[in-house]
Amino acid sequence: MNVYAIRAIYAFEMARAFRSFGQSLISPVLSTSLYFVVFGAAIGGRIDEVEGVSYGAFIVPGLIMMMVLTQSVSNGSFGIYFPRFMGTIYELLSAPVSYVEAVIGYVGAAATKSIIIGVIILATAGLFVPLEIAHPLWMVAFLVLASVTFSLLGFIVGIWAESFEQLGFIPTLVVMPLAFLGGTFYSVDMLPGAWQTVVLFNPVVYLVSGFRWSFYGVADVSLGASLGVIGLFLAVALALVWWIFRTGYRLKA
Amino acid sequence: MTATDHPPKLGPQRGAARRGDAAADKAPALSARGVSKTYASGLVALEGIDLDIQRGEIFALLGPNGAGKTTLINIVCGLVNKSSGTVRAAGHDIVAEYRAARSLIGLVPQELTTDAFETVLATVNYSRGLFGLPKNRAHIEKVLRDLALWDRRGSRLRSLSGGMKRRVMIAKALSHEPSILFLDEPTAGVDVELRRDMWQLVRRLRESGVTIILTTHYIEEAEEMADRVGVISKGRLVVVDEKTELMRKLGRKQLSVQLETPITAIPRVLEGHGLELGEGGRSVHYVYEAAQDSHSIDSLLRDLGAAGLRVRDIETRQSTLEEIFVSLVKEET
Ligand SMILES: Nc1ncnc2c1ncn2[C@@H]1O[C@H](COP(=O)(O)OP(=O)(O)OP(=O)(O)O)[C@@H](O)[C@H]1O
Ligand SMILES: [Mg+2]
Repeated sequence: MNVYAIRAIYAFEMARAFRSFGQSLISPVLSTSLYFVVFGAAIGGRIDEVEGVSYGAFIVPGLIMMMVLTQSVSNGSFGIYFPRFMGTIYELLSAPVSYVEAVIGYVGAAATKSIIIGVIILATAGLFVPLEIAHPLWMVAFLVLASVTFSLLGFIVGIWAESFEQLGFIPTLVVMPLAFLGGTFYSVDMLPGAWQTVVLFNPVVYLVSGFRWSFYGVADVSLGASLGVIGLFLAVALALVWWIFRTGYRLKA
Repeated sequence: MTATDHPPKLGPQRGAARRGDAAADKAPALSARGVSKTYASGLVALEGIDLDIQRGEIFALLGPNGAGKTTLINIVCGLVNKSSGTVRAAGHDIVAEYRAARSLIGLVPQELTTDAFETVLATVNYSRGLFGLPKNRAHIEKVLRDLALWDRRGSRLRSLSGGMKRRVMIAKALSHEPSILFLDEPTAGVDVELRRDMWQLVRRLRESGVTIILTTHYIEEAEEMADRVGVISKGRLVVVDEKTELMRKLGRKQLSVQLETPITAIPRVLEGHGLELGEGGRSVHYVYEAAQDSHSIDSLLRDLGAAGLRVRDIETRQSTLEEIFVSLVKEET
């Protein structure tokens, strides 16, 4: 293992993030607060408890997940797209660095940022509704798993994208809808019959369900199913990255 | 992962010795066999390149725009996938043993690409880490001082001039103490003074045992710097030879004879020599192969006397590498 390389990439990416850390926090914190005002207070007042949890508290895990997922994808994609765009990627390609090490460095840094943002959103949410966390360790595990998996997805997007338009394409056209339809604002059994089956194809449902379970002990799908789907998603993403580095797809002419 | 998968921790030059790999110690710095590259567009950029570069030499790759110089360098450094052939760096296959191979190699690419928002020091330290080496303040300071960048170490790269950025890229390539250094047009966009400094740096590096492979459009640079020259044209290595040998073998010499009294035409006696009249008849020029024996000059001088021409002065001039290069590339087309 080229540990020095992993450390160099990670530190480099974190330094880049901290240079504009204030900015990268404002947007997620602000939008979370707005969601609380609109869904939690304005609409939530008219909705009864969901599965024994007040609506305002019910949406907290989903909101955190939604932000963490979108942040992960954009962090993960930007981290690798930027050097490609600038041309500085030459150095990574010419260095004695394996794809595993590159991924640990880049994806690790992107996931770290998402986790920090997730924790800050959690703290923000605590200002609006009283929070209880039934399974703190599982909560952390889901937060980390979601951050890593979607940062990895972002990494793939960052390698695939050939323009800034394409870079924004996946986050807005795929991740955002999936996150919105991922059960943040409702429980799956609030949906009409057929939709209950359709949403089960959305991996975000499993993430949100597992994450919410770690807070309130209630879930849409079993814990095993949640972990299984995330694990599968992670495996597919890893296989894709392995193939990318093997063939040099979009990295080498 | 194989045993060679681990980057040498002691610095690249000692990498092979550490493994007791005698073969790798004796192997040429670079060895390419049958290397070809066809880009996805179908363009054939390289065809059957065979090339050995010895340790410690300065090798210049010379060729017109689009000849394939950068493609060759990028294949060796891992930026471009070759279509066929094998390349070894100090005996290590650049694909199968990429870690061992790349640890030895430093690359200064043709394009100026820097992380605009980083400081000089940070970006150079980053490079060293990327190549699997622990921090070494003393070495980095030395490199930055050598390149006259030490005073600017805290500056963000975007605030540097183009020439400084290029030196930063050289510093990055030297940060991990490579034993093979690729300089892809190192002096493009660099002023005369800085170019001299760069040449000096290259010589110092060579003295410390670094093999240097450079491409350049400035032929005088190859002439001044290189031990050997490879001329590449349309993806083929047209010729590889010692610089002096190349100039001796392919070079032509020109003998100019200044005359006491101008003439209007070449006298009949001298017709067999293929002379040209110059300076309104004040001189005659004679071009001959540098390698050829001197009989022809001897007889020319005698014939000049026989023709009754009085010689005022004689001058010979060797053709430059540039002229050789131009004629070689012309021959190809
Ligand atoms: N990524 C690429 N895809 C397709 N063709 C390419 C690519 N890179 C280079 N080429 C083509 O390959 C040929 C060789 O290019 P290369 O950059 O190796 O030339 P060069 O000798 O370095 O030229 P120069 O002196 O201008 O730098 C050129 O015709 C170029 O257009
Ligand atoms: Mg080039």
